[in-house]
Amino acid sequence: METIVKVRDVHFEYMNFEEQEIAALDGVDLDVEKGEFIVIIGHNGSGKSTLAKHINALLRPSRGTVWVKGMDANDDENLWDIRQTAGMVFQNPDNQLVATIVEEDVAFGPENLGILPKEIRKRVDGALSAVGMSEFADAAPHFLSGGQKQRVAIAGVLAMKPEVIVLDEPTAMLDPSGRQEVLNTVKYLNKHEDITVIHITHFMEEAVDADRVIVMEAGKIILDGTPREVFKRVDLLKDIGLDVPQVTELAHELRREGLDIPPDVLTVEEMVDLLCQ
Amino acid sequence: MSISVQNLTHIYMENTPFEAVAIKDVNLDIEDGEFIGLIGHTGSGKSTLIQHFNGLLRPTRGTILIDGVDIFKKEMELKSLRQQVGLVFQYPEYQLFEETVYKDIAFGPKNLKLSQEEIDARIRESMELVGLDFEKVKDRSPFELSGGQRRRVAIAGVLAMKPKVLILDEPAAGLDPMGKSEILNQIKLLHEEHKLTIILVSHSMEDIAKLVDRIVVMNRGTIALTGTPKEVFSRGELLEEIGLDIPHIAKLMHGLKARGMDVPDNIYTIEEAKEAILRLKKGDYNA
Repeated sequence: METIVKVRDVHFEYMNFEEQEIAALDGVDLDVEKGEFIVIIGHNGSGKSTLAKHINALLRPSRGTVWVKGMDANDDENLWDIRQTAGMVFQNPDNQLVATIVEEDVAFGPENLGILPKEIRKRVDGALSAVGMSEFADAAPHFLSGGQKQRVAIAGVLAMKPEVIVLDEPTAMLDPSGRQEVLNTVKYLNKHEDITVIHITHFMEEAVDADRVIVMEAGKIILDGTPREVFKRVDLLKDIGLDVPQVTELAHELRREGLDIPPDVLTVEEMVDLLCQ
Repeated sequence: MSISVQNLTHIYMENTPFEAVAIKDVNLDIEDGEFIGLIGHTGSGKSTLIQHFNGLLRPTRGTILIDGVDIFKKEMELKSLRQQVGLVFQYPEYQLFEETVYKDIAFGPKNLKLSQEEIDARIRESMELVGLDFEKVKDRSPFELSGGQRRRVAIAGVLAMKPKVLILDEPAAGLDPMGKSEILNQIKLLHEEHKLTIILVSHSMEDIAKLVDRIVVMNRGTIALTGTPKEVFSRGELLEEIGLDIPHIAKLMHGLKARGMDVPDNIYTIEEAKEAILRLKKGDYNA
């Protein structure tokens, strides 16, 4: 397996408005393998977004090192190659689209790389098709729903041919159907386009299908494992103010009452099967 | 304040090629002091409906009575209506514009031409209501605050108008689980202690089921269902048909029932589910 993102002992400090030094990241180590689907959870201020921004060199560590595909992010020479390798999608769908027509928006990145028009055409069509937005190529972004806008933003990143996509709460501002659209798109890209995904979210249900769930608290990674390994730590997660999937919490409560139910139940279907045995 | 929606229809851009019927023939009565959860997916007409409650939109047909007064009569004073019916939009923190938190919250009361003492008192009170420390925060720029704090400032700005009805459009959207439950608990307090009539608009039934007296479900511009949370969740199939996200616990109960288990189908909290399942399992042992 190839390690595509390697984070070693990364610290990031900044001054807040009261001139206190805040450690947003406090010694983070992380290895992401190529092709993985990683979900990062943690409450506001836990350092998730700060970590994400280090992965495409939007932020540079105060101490420590980040390598993306072997490129050291502390080296200015690597900046543009890193940003092309690791693309980023943000929370607000309205803040990311720059053009007046969907396909022009998707073409914006490759155009800036000075790629030939023929190749740009190919990339734009490919990217829009991968996110299921081909039929909206000529539409104006402001007529799209939030979920559709986020898919266009993802297509814009895809047109840069990245190997990693980092999504910083891309579903936070969407309604349930928009959320599902974006999540399905991200899963599709991971499975069929071989894109490594780092997905930050507050919705625990979105973490259930991930290869790995990482929990951040106070600038540190405090849990790192499969969804089942992580969510069965119901008490710890609740202590730091996070939710677990409702079904997992119910399983936890039932175990406490002496019922013979495994601690790592994640889905409604599993729970129905267990209870009907 | 009681609100009575009567045969309300709203058509955007009527008689043009862009004509769109947003709500049609809606009837709804909200009692003084009620806590209503208004649910529906995007495009169901929720936002169009609430914008009629303080006269931001005028109906194409039908009307609304507030405390028995028709608010769309020609001679109606919309200014006083908007003071009494406060509307907090989605992501209200994007509407902050003043240099300090104090000035931003003062903006509404100032326009009411209140005395400085009264304005000051209202700012203190409304900041306290949303859980912001007056001394610590009043002189800060809204832009220095966290997203959750900014949202509280925006809500305080509406509360400083002393509304009798408070309408909030997705007040917890985009917040982390802790921020979410904090803000929802504060809204609950406004209802319980300050007796405001509250209409909470949301996509998430899970969030509001625990709070509200009554849920109103909208679909395609009409009211599809209304009742207590228990009544509404017992209609799981209809809710899924409409495309709403029903709580996993409700799904679980429907799943168990479909497999022939004897569980109630109107349950939506972990606590209730635990009891129902324990009862069921103990029944097994006794048999």
